Amino acid sequence: MTAEPALSSSPDDDPGTRSGAVVELEHLTKRYGPSSTPPAVNNLSLTIPAGEICVLVGPSGCGKTTTMKMINRLVEPTGGRVLIDGEDVAGLPAVELRRRIGYVIQQVGLFPHLTVADNTAVVPTLLRWPAPRIRARVDELLDLVGLEPAAYRDRYPAELSGGERQRIGVARALAADPPVMLMDEPFGAVDPIRRDRLQNEFLRLQARVRKTIVFVTHDVDEAIKMADQIAILQVGGVLAQYDTPEAILAQPASEFVEHFVGADRGLKRLSLGRVRDLPLLEPVLARSGETAAEVQRRLDAAEVDYALLVDARNRPVGWIEAGQLGDGEVRDGRLPEDLAMPGAPLLMPESTLRDALSAMLGSSVQLGAVVDEHDQVIGLISVDQIAQLMRRAPDDA
Amino acid sequence: MTPDEPLIDFDWVARNLDEIARRLGEHLVMTGIAVVVGFLISFALALAIRRSRRLYGPILAVSGVLYTIPSLALFALLIPITGLSLLSAEIALVSYTVLILVRNIVAGLESVPADVTEAAIGMGFTPLERLRRIELPLAVPVIVAGLRIATVTTVGLVTVTSLIGQGGLGYFIVVVGIRDFFPTPIYIGAGLSIVLALAADVALLGIQRALTPWARASGAA
Amino acid sequence: MGAGKRRRLMDLLSSFLAWLTDASHWTGDTGIPVRVGEHLLISGIPLLVAIVVALPVGLFIGHTGKGALLAVSLGNIGRALPSLGILGIILPLTLPLTAGTDIPLGLPPSLIALFALALPPIITNCHVGIREVDRDLIEAARGMGMRETQVLTRVELPLATPVILAGIRTSAVQVVATATLGAVLGIGGLGRYILDGISQHDDGQLITGAVLVALLAILTELGFAALQRASVSPGLRSTGDRAYEVAGQAPRPPA
Ligand SMILES: Nc1ncnc2c1ncn2[C@@H]1O[C@H](COP(=O)(O)OP(=O)(O)O)[C@@H](O)[C@H]1O
Ligand SMILES: [Mg+2]
Repeated sequence: MTAEPALSSSPDDDPGTRSGAVVELEHLTKRYGPSSTPPAVNNLSLTIPAGEICVLVGPSGCGKTTTMKMINRLVEPTGGRVLIDGEDVAGLPAVELRRRIGYVIQQVGLFPHLTVADNTAVVPTLLRWPAPRIRARVDELLDLVGLEPAAYRDRYPAELSGGERQRIGVARALAADPPVMLMDEPFGAVDPIRRDRLQNEFLRLQARVRKTIVFVTHDVDEAIKMADQIAILQVGGVLAQYDTPEAILAQPASEFVEHFVGADRGLKRLSLGRVRDLPLLEPVLARSGETAAEVQRRLDAAEVDYALLVDARNRPVGWIEAGQLGDGEVRDGRLPEDLAMPGAPLLMPESTLRDALSAMLGSSVQLGAVVDEHDQVIGLISVDQIAQLMRRAPDDA
Repeated sequence: MTPDEPLIDFDWVARNLDEIARRLGEHLVMTGIAVVVGFLISFALALAIRRSRRLYGPILAVSGVLYTIPSLALFALLIPITGLSLLSAEIALVSYTVLILVRNIVAGLESVPADVTEAAIGMGFTPLERLRRIELPLAVPVIVAGLRIATVTTVGLVTVTSLIGQGGLGYFIVVVGIRDFFPTPIYIGAGLSIVLALAADVALLGIQRALTPWARASGAA
Repeated sequence: MGAGKRRRLMDLLSSFLAWLTDASHWTGDTGIPVRVGEHLLISGIPLLVAIVVALPVGLFIGHTGKGALLAVSLGNIGRALPSLGILGIILPLTLPLTAGTDIPLGLPPSLIALFALALPPIITNCHVGIREVDRDLIEAARGMGMRETQVLTRVELPLATPVILAGIRTSAVQVVATATLGAVLGIGGLGRYILDGISQHDDGQLITGAVLVALLAILTELGFAALQRASVSPGLRSTGDRAYEVAGQAPRPPA
């Protein structure tokens, strides 16, 4: 085996520390039929920097999946080549290449007859890692994707929710610590609320592992949220624009891109901003069992109308309005838990401002509780903060 | 055979316990040979079909015709060639098991969902690894379902081989029972053959359960 | 193949052709036309009666879902019963009926056994066929104000027909095949030639019987298959070929 920095791995490598490799597509072309048929991907060239997320986005049938599959050679190109850290993938046996590239698909494709642990361990097993190392790696991965190893290790896929399956799919793809990951609409089959959460978790994960990721989606908002670089494809597999999300929103290269990105670019630009970019407001917290008078005093001191009721572990339960504190139910002085208006929108630092805005507009109180990965509240943001930001942003409408 | 005779002549049973045990064993062995050999042939055919799909039509057509031929006719056609022998009996029995098993093994290997196959290829499984680690384990329920049908069917067919001088428990039905108009051996032969069929069925079901813990998980979820 | 074996096969072929073309084997009580006729009667009568009995039962189970377990287990039990065993078990029971009459003593057990064998596939397939009909369609039919009988006759029955016919086809092939065994109880039909061929060491007669009965079974299979294909609603033609498999039953091998 020739020693190549990215594609070759020896069992002695320290798992979990290898970061991404540069992926270059050079004049890639794919025709599914004879040379008279129109190409599915046409003369596509782009360079994906190491450790970045490149999102391929475009209308259905424009060749996103085809492009992605030429990287791990599930599809062999008709012309052009793919280089990973300078090495032509055509020079490696396909099977060996694929074991070094993580692969996540929309339907996940977990093996129904294997437990979560065995599913996660599939590639290390194919690579014949020693058993103790595989066991340790599985636990590490389950932790990484936020699933308690002891609780999940021995379950079968049929015993998991859609979101849990998707996380195992990601864990499985990361198992042998590949420098490159391919993800084809990985969150496409998950409902919008869970999708937002999975996206946030994935971004947090990526901040730690720094893989080079090729991410396919047809959803512009998801592209803007996830991407370091966006490649917009046109039907026929023609590259319409390749740039950062900011640049694409600010200067669409063509009418097609402008149209595809949509008329509400001002609003879309909000997808570029994250909750963590805003100064978080200090919440007034209340706990059930506290006296109404105490909470009222804190509300008065902070000059705000709403207190956030939290449970014993600081997880938000709901809002309590200043006016309610004088009501009959709390005359005896103690706050009952069901006084709170349920449904305080939970936001994460990684949530886009756009998602935050729509979540807050959909709730009765125009505030959002920002929580960390343990669902513990770390601050608030308000609709006003985002509105001010929009007013300041240059409008292009 | 007269109406006032008891339904089962227990004296006869007691006198013939050795013979009953011997015929039961013979029945078991004949069934076992037919199912095991039939399975090996079917498995090889299924792998060939998996490689080249075009073989499926012709293989199904040939085994389908064999399947339609009444067993006595098939035994009869073999007699002039391989004689009134165990070989004749087994050739016919194996032919019958092959159609059931080929269909089920092919269906089982093909029952792997497309996303699972795609994920496996994408992760770098070789075709052989895919067969061994994914397709075969997932095919177990369908393959065992075929084995159950084949086994139960074969147990019944073995009785017919008594007409060509073999027969296991069929010997009691035809040679001792019907030819002598003596009901007891008929009941013993038919009864034990049914019990054998059901016992084999339950045993195979148990094996399947043991091999597919994940299938129970999906039932529970 | 060695020359000796090839000669042996040629011998067999010529003794078969000699027996088949012998004019005396085409006339009289034991001639081929009579034996074929007997075989068809011994098979056809129990099959018809079984259809008349099994259809209403199967349709009732399929439509109401009551007795579904019975329908499913019938199929499995049917497979476990050795047909030769059934013949043998019924024989002692019907002997008193035929004693002292002109009725051949093997006839009633044969007819009863064949009738019993024909029931399970038809009942099971009626049930499965109706169950397979899209529940939304039935809901829609009820929603449009159809009465239960109308739901059955206008929606369930037309859509389930191919599967039901598959059941009848399984029964028919089964019955034609098992009728051969009636010869063990001394009745007519093509099984006679086979058993007589064995006992008389007459290869020509043996092969003729086997070939004729095999042909009859294959023709039955093909005939019902054609009927089944023709019964698929034109709207479902593209999926029609699957109806046989949808029935979920590999046909039982003949007895
Ligand atoms: N295996 C294939 N055989 C023939 N044509 C294909 C195949 N896969 C994709 N195509 C065609 O190639 C084009 C691009 O497909 P794809 O890459 O799947 O698009 P996307 O993922 O952007 O929706 C489409 O027109 C599609 O029909
Ligand atoms: Mg796609």
